[in-house]
Amino acid sequence: MFFQQLLSGMAVGSIYALIAIGFTIIYKATDVINFAQGELMVWGCFFSLTMITSLSMPLWIAFPLTLIFMAMFGIIIQFLAIRHLVGKHIFSIVMATIGLSFVLRHLAGIIWTYDTFPFPSIFPSRQFSLGLATISGIHLGIIAASFSLMALLYGFFKLTSLGLAMRATQQNQFGASVVGVSVKRVFSMTWALGAVLGAIAGMLIAPIQFLDVNLGYLGMKAFPAAVLGGFGSIPGAIVGGLIIGVSENLAGTYMATWVRDIAAYIILLVILMIRPQGIFGIQEKKRV
Amino acid sequence: MDIKTNYIDDIKIFEETSKLIWFLFFMVFLLFVPLFAGEYMVYMVSLTAIYVIVALGLNLLSGYAGQISLGHAAFMAIGAYSSSYLTVKLGLPFWFALPASGVITGIVGILLGIAALRLSGFYLAIATMAFAFIVDEVILNWVSVTNGANGIKLPGPSIGPLALKTDTQVYYLIIAITLIMIWAAKNITRSSLGRAFALIRDSETAAETMGVNLFKYKTIAFCISAFYAGIAGSLFAHFLKFISPSNFSLMDSIGFIIMILVGGIGTIPGSVFGAIFITFLPEGIRFLKDIFPFFVVETGLQGLVYGLILLVFIILEPTGLYGRWLIIKRYWENFPLK
Repeated sequence: MFFQQLLSGMAVGSIYALIAIGFTIIYKATDVINFAQGELMVWGCFFSLTMITSLSMPLWIAFPLTLIFMAMFGIIIQFLAIRHLVGKHIFSIVMATIGLSFVLRHLAGIIWTYDTFPFPSIFPSRQFSLGLATISGIHLGIIAASFSLMALLYGFFKLTSLGLAMRATQQNQFGASVVGVSVKRVFSMTWALGAVLGAIAGMLIAPIQFLDVNLGYLGMKAFPAAVLGGFGSIPGAIVGGLIIGVSENLAGTYMATWVRDIAAYIILLVILMIRPQGIFGIQEKKRV
Repeated sequence: MDIKTNYIDDIKIFEETSKLIWFLFFMVFLLFVPLFAGEYMVYMVSLTAIYVIVALGLNLLSGYAGQISLGHAAFMAIGAYSSSYLTVKLGLPFWFALPASGVITGIVGILLGIAALRLSGFYLAIATMAFAFIVDEVILNWVSVTNGANGIKLPGPSIGPLALKTDTQVYYLIIAITLIMIWAAKNITRSSLGRAFALIRDSETAAETMGVNLFKYKTIAFCISAFYAGIAGSLFAHFLKFISPSNFSLMDSIGFIIMILVGGIGTIPGSVFGAIFITFLPEGIRFLKDIFPFFVVETGLQGLVYGLILLVFIILEPTGLYGRWLIIKRYWENFPLK
């Protein structure tokens, strides 16, 4: 029972981690906290569902097409709204992306209705036995896909020149532009990557959660994950996501059911009281 | 223009005579609203006045002291449910329950303020949001006090033995309390307390250097802000005579922030403008729908408009409606000079 819950907690937790990585990447490169990350998930899911059901495309065409669409979508959002926020007060940025999330959520509602849809999974739904516990193929697939994606991201940031440019921009925008990095291009690419990550997270979780506009609220659960690990740290986002996912599942099993929904927030408040910068976060040095 | 050259000018309640005239004009208008406007209008203005109180509290916290709060609906809920417990379960009179629920909420504000003391910016936003979610879930599940999702019925407000029966009487009560709260807020911003808040907002390091105790003043800011929300919550509960958890969602917390952003952050009139704008916005949307029937999107339109307003104001009009009003006013004062 315990291992069962641990495993399914890990599946949900790795989704939180993916969403949290989306926040982290965008935050590090552009200093913008993206409250609309959950809505990017919803848009990705609805876009691919439209292609699968209305245009009857097979999954292996629809999913890559979705990712391309979402990359462009991310760039467009960055161009229309986010570019104007760089350098503004944190309060304005938080509220602007909350505004953006309202716009995206309700646009999605108007385009695709507020109904609930089943969403296909590329993973088999049969059960696998892992000794102590059984796990469904979908959960196993989510864990495997998330972790290989994290490894890919690690490689991307370490090995490719775009990844290097992004890390340079993260450290110092001015310095990066001096050595020839196009900061504007990095911003666009960061949003493209963030939107693609959001869409992948959405398409992984939608088969077990069902798809409707409110799936975006999952993004609100990933916030504690990102903050817990220390905002702006990718390992922190992964650890935070897993902690939140697993503890939520365990709380749901061993305590009253309603504790499950707020377990993430209670853990968050407690950890922030002890370590205000999160587990892996670095306390920013103040310069007067 | 309005460059202040001495201290007396700086602490005037009405910096210019024109402001006093506008204020008196507005007061007379409010006095006569129930005479010419229908029942619905009286209801809407009362609701707006209650939201003005929350917006004032939030503006003191966010606009003056610079601390973000995504949990003000939760403070309002604590005020509303404290008031319902005091009047319905303990049978205490309204005139006692109103300030008492403000004080209870203020104490919760102090506790959150202490918990969130070392947090700033974005971490604070998330922590207050977490607080709001937890309060929401506690209200839903603490059935013996809150009656859970079914909500609670309350008596209308009364002053001593005098029960306020008609909506017009309740209207005058709410307007009077709102005026007291505006007066108090204005005085807070004029005092050393308000200047300490502004200093913390502009630079915590500078504030510490000047001898402003961050611990003390941040906690006071949270306390005052929560007190305002608690008073508003109590009024809200007795005004609607029914409350349920759905009255105090994250959406409402965000609505309060939209009020101060749209109205004008860090200004007292801004809180009033913003509350009026946001409370009457659904009416405006309904009106638009009547003119453009092809605009018939049933759900979601309001959320979409909220989001667009937030984005447009932050990107294009960061000083809010009150700031725009000042710009227009200066333009005409100095016309034809620029």
